[in-house]
Amino acid sequence: MNVVVCVKQIPDPAAPSALDPTTHNLDRTGKLILDDSDAYGVEMGLQLASGEGDEVILVSMAPGGETSGLRTALAMGAARAILISDDSLAGSDALGTAKVLAAAIKRAEPDLVLTATESTDGYTGTIPAQIAELLGLPSITFAKKIAIDGSTVRVERQTEAGYDEVESPLPAVVSVTAGVVEPRYPSFKGIMAAKSKPVDVVTVADIGLEAGQVGATGARQEITDVSKVEARAGGEIVVDDGNGAARIVTFLEELKVI
Amino acid sequence: MPVDTVWVVAEITESGPSSITQELLSKARSIATNVAAIAWGPDTASHAAALGEYGATKVYDVGAVGETLPGVPVAGAIAALIEGGDTPDALLVPASYDGRDVAGRLSAKLDRPVLTNVVGLSENGGLSSEHTLFGGTVAATAHFTGEGPQIFVVRAKSFTAEPGGGGAAEVVSAPAPAAGATGTAKVTARHVEERTGPKLDEAAVIVSGGRGLGSADKYEMIEELARLLHGAAGASRAIVDAGWVPYARQVGQTGKTVKPNLYVACGISGATQHLVGMKGSKNIVAINKDQDAPIFSVADLGIVGNVHDVLPALIEALKNR
Ligand SMILES: Cc1cc2nc3c(=O)[nH]c(=O)nc-3n(C[C@H](O)[C@H](O)[C@H](O)COP(=O)(O)OP(=O)(O)OC[C@H]3O[C@@H](n4cnc5c(N)ncnc54)[C@H](O)[C@@H]3O)c2cc1C
Ligand SMILES: Nc1ncnc2c1ncn2[C@@H]1O[C@H](COP(=O)(O)O)[C@@H](O)[C@H]1O
Repeated sequence: MNVVVCVKQIPDPAAPSALDPTTHNLDRTGKLILDDSDAYGVEMGLQLASGEGDEVILVSMAPGGETSGLRTALAMGAARAILISDDSLAGSDALGTAKVLAAAIKRAEPDLVLTATESTDGYTGTIPAQIAELLGLPSITFAKKIAIDGSTVRVERQTEAGYDEVESPLPAVVSVTAGVVEPRYPSFKGIMAAKSKPVDVVTVADIGLEAGQVGATGARQEITDVSKVEARAGGEIVVDDGNGAARIVTFLEELKVI
Repeated sequence: MPVDTVWVVAEITESGPSSITQELLSKARSIATNVAAIAWGPDTASHAAALGEYGATKVYDVGAVGETLPGVPVAGAIAALIEGGDTPDALLVPASYDGRDVAGRLSAKLDRPVLTNVVGLSENGGLSSEHTLFGGTVAATAHFTGEGPQIFVVRAKSFTAEPGGGGAAEVVSAPAPAAGATGTAKVTARHVEERTGPKLDEAAVIVSGGRGLGSADKYEMIEELARLLHGAAGASRAIVDAGWVPYARQVGQTGKTVKPNLYVACGISGATQHLVGMKGSKNIVAINKDQDAPIFSVADLGIVGNVHDVLPALIEALKNR
């Protein structure tokens, strides 16, 4: 079984984020890392594709031939990666990104495609359904458990009220929520092995797309204004020395909550 | 000049159009001349009055989708209407599970981009959307530059639901076309997790717990405090992921957006993804032992202390009243 896992490489969320003042795109010039949300998909993929001849193939779109995040996922155990990197991709929106990912995914002929439900930096959350539609595949979003049974994928899908059991024939696209599984830490051996695993770097033309379909032109949207939101006025801070609960009670009385 | 036609993807629950559906219809009514709802389910016609009340003059009835996940059939029905020549200027879609599926499928089908995480919309000849970034510290305004229909995925509680007193909407059948392979994902069983007390997104008071509680059994303190304040119990994603509480309790970017009168955050650090879901609360109380925790930057009252001291004392004080 071939499992493709889409993994996004993003600026470190712990570092302060910024928008480019002229293009209003997220600044991605620094070093990128594996989006933590995608570590769950990688783990899930590795667990599902653990048999003889099974393979986890990573697909990522990132600027500047970036592979740092891919190496992390390869070190976890993925077999190889396809990286789409092209200057014309700057400013791509969700649909443009989905077009690129779908075209690359096709090359891997997967039985199952995994994504996260949303990326940490973009969080549009529409890419899984867009990829599925572009590939003509069924999709199950918000999976918290996945099992493969022959040519069927069975999923526990989170809902507002609880969860649904959903199944679909393979191939299919499934988006996984964080916390479904505990991502493994790359072992030293894994880290060493990752260095020589193949990363196929391709351009937009290589995957049969035209520059106008992707990037800022393809996005057909623009950010016209960016402004700082006025911070909420700082409140009262009380260091608890036994009086904290009483202070809350007074506050609740002032609010007439009690 | 107002926008001519806006369609709202309408989610119907047992008790009628969901609150975000009411919010989106109310907003649509204020920016467009014609508002229609796209609805699905076994008995959509019986909700025509409620949808009309909030501003829809027409309901496109996709009909029952059975055990199929709604994304494919609903997007298919909308695309069929549009390909048939009936095209709105904009579509407003709830940022829910099914809403995001509908928007994603439709976007790829029609080759139209989407703007997501919309928290405001204004009409000024065209439509511009407002978005908050970086945990709500930055606001951005965006708009589409290409051909419509424009697809906006809107977060809950961005607009106020206001009945407009409209009559029952006219019901027009809009069946989903055959979907082929894309429509083969089927629900085989549904599980509803138990819930007592008010719903998280409707409660006037919310008490939420995070990893600072230390262990799952300590969440009982959160539930007890919520009960004493006639509120609902919420959670950070950390403890939902850890399996302490069901997902339905999660507040934040991937959980519920809440705007209660009072939000009490206990042992929650205040990560940006949590803040975006609760920053709109009228009053915020935070209990955290780390005085540098970001949650204090949004708190009206911050108690630097241990939840294992403050919560039992608070519960005791409230019980004795
Ligand atoms: C794409 C994406 C989406 C996300 N969506 C959400 C979301 O919807 N909702 C959400 O909540 N998070 C979300 N997160 C996760 C978020 O980034 C944080 O990891 C999470 O909110 C942290 O939860 P926490 O505050 O409970 O835990 P921690 O960050 O671990 O904080 C625990 C806090 O408890 C305090 N503490 C510890 N012991 C005590 C004690 N005895 N007494 C008092 N205080 C104590 C600590 O000082 C600390 O501040 C998302 C993340 C990503 C990447
Ligand atoms: N540039 C990218 N490269 C690889 N996967 C991506 C990329 N962008 C998005 N994805 C995948 O799609 C998911 C949803 O992304 P988003 O729609 O941005 O929230 C992410 O969590 C990833 O799994």
